[in-house]
Amino acid sequence: MTRRIVLALYLLVLALPIYWLVNMSFKDNVEITSTLSFWPHRPTLEHYAHIFQDPAWYGGFLNSLSYVALNTVISVVIALPAAYAFSRYRFLGDKHLFFWLLSNLMAPPAVYAMPFFNLYSAVGLFDTVWAVALAHCLFNVPLAVWILEGFMSGVPREIDETAALDGYSFPRFFFRIFVPLIANGIGVAAFFCFMFSWVEQLLATTLTTVNAKPFVAVMTRTYSAAGMDWGLLAAAGVLTMIPGAVVIWFVRNNIAKGFALGRV
Amino acid sequence: MMDKPISNRAWFLVVPVMAFVLFSSLIPMMTVVNYSVQDSMGQNSFFWNGSEWFQHLFDPATDIGGRFSRALVRNLFFSGVVLLIEVPLGILVALCIPKRGWAVGAVLVSMALPMLIPWNVVGTIWQVFARADIGLLGAALTGAGIPFNNTQDPLSAWSTVVVMDVWHWTSMVALLCYAGLKAIPDAFYQAARIDGAGRWSVFRNIELPKLRRVLVIAVLLRFMESFMIYTEPAVVTGGGPGEATSFLSLDLVKIALGQVDLGNAAAMSLVYNLITLTLCWVFFTTMTQLDARGSA
Amino acid sequence: MATVTLDGIGHAYGRAQTEADYALKPLHHVWEQGRAYALLGPSGCGKTTLLNIISGLVIPSHGRLLFDGRDMTRVPTERRNIAQVFQFPVVYDTMTVAENLGFPLRNRGMDRRQTAARVGEVAAMLGLVPDLNRRARGLTADAKQKISLGRGLVRPDVAAVLFDEPLTVIDPALKWELRSKLKAVHRALDLLMIYVTHDQTEALTFADQVMVMNEGRVLQVGTPAELFEAPAHTFVGYFIGSPGMNLLPAQVEGREAAVDRHRVPLGAAYPALADGRVQIGIRPEYATLSRTGGLPVQVQRIEDLGRRRLARVMLGAHPLVVTAPPDLSVNGAEAFVRLDPASLHVFADDRRVPGGAA
Repeated sequence: MTRRIVLALYLLVLALPIYWLVNMSFKDNVEITSTLSFWPHRPTLEHYAHIFQDPAWYGGFLNSLSYVALNTVISVVIALPAAYAFSRYRFLGDKHLFFWLLSNLMAPPAVYAMPFFNLYSAVGLFDTVWAVALAHCLFNVPLAVWILEGFMSGVPREIDETAALDGYSFPRFFFRIFVPLIANGIGVAAFFCFMFSWVEQLLATTLTTVNAKPFVAVMTRTYSAAGMDWGLLAAAGVLTMIPGAVVIWFVRNNIAKGFALGRV
Repeated sequence: MMDKPISNRAWFLVVPVMAFVLFSSLIPMMTVVNYSVQDSMGQNSFFWNGSEWFQHLFDPATDIGGRFSRALVRNLFFSGVVLLIEVPLGILVALCIPKRGWAVGAVLVSMALPMLIPWNVVGTIWQVFARADIGLLGAALTGAGIPFNNTQDPLSAWSTVVVMDVWHWTSMVALLCYAGLKAIPDAFYQAARIDGAGRWSVFRNIELPKLRRVLVIAVLLRFMESFMIYTEPAVVTGGGPGEATSFLSLDLVKIALGQVDLGNAAAMSLVYNLITLTLCWVFFTTMTQLDARGSA
Repeated sequence: MATVTLDGIGHAYGRAQTEADYALKPLHHVWEQGRAYALLGPSGCGKTTLLNIISGLVIPSHGRLLFDGRDMTRVPTERRNIAQVFQFPVVYDTMTVAENLGFPLRNRGMDRRQTAARVGEVAAMLGLVPDLNRRARGLTADAKQKISLGRGLVRPDVAAVLFDEPLTVIDPALKWELRSKLKAVHRALDLLMIYVTHDQTEALTFADQVMVMNEGRVLQVGTPAELFEAPAHTFVGYFIGSPGMNLLPAQVEGREAAVDRHRVPLGAAYPALADGRVQIGIRPEYATLSRTGGLPVQVQRIEDLGRRRLARVMLGAHPLVVTAPPDLSVNGAEAFVRLDPASLHVFADDRRVPGGAA
């Protein structure tokens, strides 16, 4: 019983700030600034309507989704063969390479903000969704390799050997037999790439100015202009939570397995 | 693990990842190293500056050195505080999650929700929530007679940032621990009941030893993330009041992108990165060694 | 130390509407103080459920559980004074072997000196003395299982010791050693021991009485000899013995059975068994292959098991396993089988029909 109460309290504490934001997003700015109310007394959709009508806003949302999707695909695709190599073979420098990869997970993004700015300007990718997608690979590729390696090591090597004996070529074996076997792991890896790319803001805003501006950067617009547009800010915040919530609902069962491997 | 075949052809499989890491890690790092030993007169003309930037950085008497050492201490203190709160709290929460039943999925998903919110939105949520005029928390505290103001009172700013981090990340510790707890076979709990062990004894002798491995990962991840924290405090406090919540990343971004002081920023980047790596390495090796000694 | 009485104990996970919903069908039985019993049956037969009911890990949905006449049905596990050894060794990783063994005593408030003395006794009995001060974590599976065993035996006042397939993870070579240890411990301590297993050798060597279970039902309770010589159910006949009892569909009348067109003399007289499925059963040990006389069979294969030889034969369409005498050699596939009439059993709807003298 105590357990239930502790858990309920914890969930309540988690939910309260989120609820407050949701609550605010349905109020008009007069109500926000004049009274502290637990639910909107004059509920309005004006802030959401504003976001869906202003190309700067929904364009930002599309920009965010496209670099997140690009990044997820790139990370998983190039991590797959590497993870296979690490899980199946020993080769010259394998351990060093693995740790060097993981060390990229520990590098503060702030350190990379400035050199990335120079690098992507130099190669002409600055202010494109590609710049952000590639920049996020810095931490997502090592993460994907790590997660996938864990799942692949759980598949017995006899499977590879049997397939080779049955005359499968390596690419055919890899895509027809092996990839379906670790579908769970791919799901988990994709989820985490999605998540870390979606929540990151520093690199995303540093590498874009106008054309590829992500949603989180558009949100800073509400600070300027005539004072603070709290309602609009809240509505934008609420919208950013939706993709994450949707994605985690779909992979909720796989996630538990990923956590169980200690690879997250 | 021991019987993996040796094959250097496996390098071909690693080539894409290598190319990537070279492009997005090594080249940028070389730029940083380059800046860290040069000075600029503007108009893209650089000249050799030796180790001067590093000397400044390590000398607390200089402006940049003072800033750096204060930010470093502040950041270590912050990491320590959040670890001390999040790890025990996470374990406690994990112990409270039911092992099976329809509610488990819903509980896990709602727990994970804060982690899926973009970090600047997390900052926004707490910026709003803690304001005395329109936020529930700020208003409640002010109403209870506790002086609370993020923009003027360092203690308020600090507690907001710490509470925000606890809110944001405790679930991760809890989820990791929950996975660890679920891996304990029922027989252990049954044996403990038969042996007449109390709740504390079950925790101390069964659950905690089995959680060791996941706790290593949890502590490592939490340390890393809290040591690199940027976005959330940048939104909530902007590093203020004064420089009260100005952590390493915030300071670095201010110098690099705000003041475009490339030499200082680059030197600071390198040292910052090295500290992170060293601390992680130390954490990791001591913990795995403790683990190995326990199993010997 | 106690006598355990099962008074109509039955259990259904969820609601029981038909008999098939019971994981354990209601049963009456008394387990006497100081004796060793085995619960034998294939996986999923309800034996572990029964064991967990006694230890209190499962509260039965029907019936009462009595220890020396006291109702214990709803008493929590920790107050039942039961010891249990699980299938997989359960040791407390962070403690030494001595601390592991003393754990149940310390939890019940025994002082340090007494605990140490008692731990010493149990460790000596199980051969754990050299390891007493080592951490339990790095030990081998059988040493860990000995520790679990020791924790079960360490409490002097324990009502009963329950074993849930304790030798499953033990190396075959070490099974013998642990099993004889168990037997010795049982002789030394005057305890009620209940041993769950699916391995008949373990059950028959360990227990004074064996309870054979299948599909949640107790089919027979008896000594190893009774189970072998007079199985009450075709399942018992088949499950006990290696290989199990041969079963042949038959018509039985008086002192004679008919299998297809063959006549088989029986050791006793039986009433006419017209309805239901009638079978006769004979153990391979009592059916002998010969060159002349008996039922005509086709020999398919003779297996030499070293100590004895078994022949797989066909009596018409029915397969049989019989004993082949060491000096017998068969030319071709044609041979005969003699069945010992005194060891032939008659089953109607799988239950053994007692024979009469008439």
